[in-house]
Amino acid sequence: MERETVLKLDNVTMQFGGLVAVGDFDMNLEDGELVGLIGPNGAGKTTVFNVITGIYTPTKGKVIFRGIDITGLPPHYITHLGIARTFQNIRLFGDMTVMENVLVSQHHKLEERHADKILQKHGFEPKVVGKGWFWKSILKLGYFEMERRMIREAEELLEKVELSDLAYEKASALPYGMQRKLEIARALATEPKLLLLDEPAAGMNPHETEELMEFIKKIRDDFNLTILLIEHDMKVVMGICERIVVMDYGRIISKGTPAEVRNDPKVVEAYLGDGSYA
Amino acid sequence: MRMTLPIFLQNLANGILLGGLYALIAIGYSMVYGILRLINFAHGDVFMMGTYFAFYGVTLFLLPWWLAFVVAIIGAGILGFLIDRIAYKPLRNAPRISSLITAIGMSIFLESLAVVIFGGIPKSFAPPRIYPKFFSKMLQIGSVRVQILTFFILGITALLIIFLIWFVYKTKIGMAMRAISTDIATTALMGVNVDLVIGITFAIGSALAGAGGILWAMKYPNVNPYMGFMPGLKAFIAAVIGGIGSIQGAMLGGFLLGMIEIMLVAFLPRFAGYRDIFAFIILIIILMYKPSGILGAKLEEKV
Amino acid sequence: MITVLYRKLPTRMKVFLTIIFVLFMILMLFLAQKKLDTYWIRILTLIGIYGIMAVSLTFINGITGIFSLGHSGFIAIGAYTSALLTMSIQQKQMSFFLKPLIWPLNSIQLDFLSATIIAGVMAAILAYLIGYPSLRLTGDYLAITTLGFSEIVRILILNMISVTNGPLGLKGLEEYTNIWWPWGWLLVTVLVIGSLVSSSYGRALKAIREDPIAAKAMGINVTKHQLTAFVVGAFFAGISGSLYAHWLTTIDPRPQTVGILLTFNILIMIVLGGLGSITGALFGAAIFAILSEWLRIVETPFKLFGIQIPAISGMRLLVLSTIFIIVMLTWRRGIMGRSELTWDSIYNFFLRLRRKQ
Repeated sequence: MERETVLKLDNVTMQFGGLVAVGDFDMNLEDGELVGLIGPNGAGKTTVFNVITGIYTPTKGKVIFRGIDITGLPPHYITHLGIARTFQNIRLFGDMTVMENVLVSQHHKLEERHADKILQKHGFEPKVVGKGWFWKSILKLGYFEMERRMIREAEELLEKVELSDLAYEKASALPYGMQRKLEIARALATEPKLLLLDEPAAGMNPHETEELMEFIKKIRDDFNLTILLIEHDMKVVMGICERIVVMDYGRIISKGTPAEVRNDPKVVEAYLGDGSYA
Repeated sequence: MRMTLPIFLQNLANGILLGGLYALIAIGYSMVYGILRLINFAHGDVFMMGTYFAFYGVTLFLLPWWLAFVVAIIGAGILGFLIDRIAYKPLRNAPRISSLITAIGMSIFLESLAVVIFGGIPKSFAPPRIYPKFFSKMLQIGSVRVQILTFFILGITALLIIFLIWFVYKTKIGMAMRAISTDIATTALMGVNVDLVIGITFAIGSALAGAGGILWAMKYPNVNPYMGFMPGLKAFIAAVIGGIGSIQGAMLGGFLLGMIEIMLVAFLPRFAGYRDIFAFIILIIILMYKPSGILGAKLEEKV
Repeated sequence: MITVLYRKLPTRMKVFLTIIFVLFMILMLFLAQKKLDTYWIRILTLIGIYGIMAVSLTFINGITGIFSLGHSGFIAIGAYTSALLTMSIQQKQMSFFLKPLIWPLNSIQLDFLSATIIAGVMAAILAYLIGYPSLRLTGDYLAITTLGFSEIVRILILNMISVTNGPLGLKGLEEYTNIWWPWGWLLVTVLVIGSLVSSSYGRALKAIREDPIAAKAMGINVTKHQLTAFVVGAFFAGISGSLYAHWLTTIDPRPQTVGILLTFNILIMIVLGGLGSITGALFGAAIFAILSEWLRIVETPFKLFGIQIPAISGMRLLVLSTIFIIVMLTWRRGIMGRSELTWDSIYNFFLRLRRKQ
């Protein structure tokens, strides 16, 4: 069966001054895929994420998401269109509760009318519900209903990811593993089609890593996601990814199934040359 | 007024003079910002305090003027050291905005302390009561007449800046300062007494501000508790223009700002009342388009 | 199994309680006006005005995390706008003897309510014009830029003599600000800003404060939300400026009246109350109003242990700034920290008390 191409990176180059962080990068992600992006430190993996999510505008090339050219769009547009991410160093809203962290991710559905037009133009379901929420929330006209609906959706999500018990805890008070999970939950609350995970297993013990792998597979099926994953823990990458893309010095040096990549001499050289994964 | 060559040269001299004073104050801002990423709002008030020290050194303790000035500069340095110890050191690990708020509080504290102790009425810092009349003599150079004071101020400014550059680049403590400004945690691990070095940075920056204040008062002979506010802000702007965190940048920014201000007023006297606005407009433009200033290193947050 | 320890009251109940509370406050103010002397009426009026200033600044600084030092600029715009609109035409002709007032200001006079609303709108427009370019700056750069803007406003007021009467200021304003105007506007301020903060918009603003980059990645238009908060805060600052001017009955461009010292005073209030809490800002404003009025004693001659102490000018600010620094060093969270005193939190407080027994 022919699968829809969810994300297409076409010849993307990202330069900072003279430094080429990512060069001539091509990648296709198909619907429902779970793909790993690996490479030594400083290979430009996170830069790829930043280009996809609009934090950087690529110097050259195109980013196409479900047929929509999203190159150079601001991050909040891209999130509304359906790409969500987590961060390498956890970036939760520490002073807010778990529930509030998730609710923040629904806010764009009240606001992003411009991004919504792009969605509609390309024949997708609109996500914005009604308009004038700013005034409605001040005057409390029809706002309580909206608030209840958002809380209900947040509760359902927290139920699915098994964080309900911690809903009213401060995010910064959660144990490390739970914070990682909450970051994923918060990304899911934006209702993405594509999820970008930046080193989700960093700092976890083997047992937690094991659980995380199950969790990632589970959310992909439950939420119908396509997932792109940066990870240093080879057990995770080899264990759950169907395809792997290997980067070094901003370029793709190898791609294929876990078995193919593992046996590629260029990959071995990149890691050994780097010295840190010998 | 027609702009003739002598008038232009006259303004040029004034521009260099004002610029040098801004540079002296700006260096202190820049050094502290370079190390702690803190806008030390109290810096302008140390400038004011230093001037008062000199004033009372002469009038109350009857010291010879030069000794009073040296004592006042040392006093300003000690004051800066104490401000850091009391108000900023306890907040090193707090959010940066907390130190900023405390710095604003410190600034108001010093101003009101000056009002309480020294009184709110401006005092005259004019010769011969404070310093010899010799300095206000005019020198005729070609068709330009320049006060001896101008040369004195420029000379002292140059000496202090040379001393500072020697200190930062040629001494162990200077090296530690530069190390701290790159990476405070690693420098501490290297066995450097970070708190002491930060304290010395404050002391030196404040001593320069004190010297700046005294020279400022020699030029504009009026000492009052709020005299530090505007020069302080301007010097900060100068530091930003040059690239905050860089000593050369602070000097460049100071001279540029002083020159621009004097020249604008000279060429467009209609707008003299708006003089203080120019500085802020320059600041805003610089921050919009080149926030790292002319000589500053680019700082970007890693995502 | 962890039980959910935080319970919420039904919305209807909260609305009901709020109405009761407002009615109660009206009654109290009514009684105060009947029974209290002018000293306390003065303090109550000041609490109302300061309350609006503090809540609007904490909305910008504490909740959205835009560290603005430009509040006095917005207050000044509000004060001058409404003063120029409410002054009688004869009064204007008398005051502007340096240069005549320009048209159309020289031939209009409005009622206090309209003038106050226009004052707020003018401040909001200014905030939009300032915020649009400068909000891409962060942290201390933004602080110094907004401080610069408020100084620019002050210098413009000083120099635009045909609009503002320059250094002479505007004198002889009608004393419209009684106890009801400030408290009425305070109620509006708290309801509007409180509604925003407790809504999805408030969560978005707090998210921006915590981590702007993460907020962007979660679909929030950071610049637009910051700008909105800045404009809303400035609107109420403008309102407070109008009330302030018609309470002082005179307004001039000295730093003490509409300069950095005013911003500093408001900063003391919100830091004391807890940066990021609306109820905290209200407590801070009340404490500040009482304390600063009481400290006027030290600026008049007084007796301490039988010794005559002469008037010390500047003492008030010295004490206030000392308190401020001590609060920052030892008690940074202030009275409320970032939490709010809400019906829910009061309810939960009593629930916890009962559980302990």
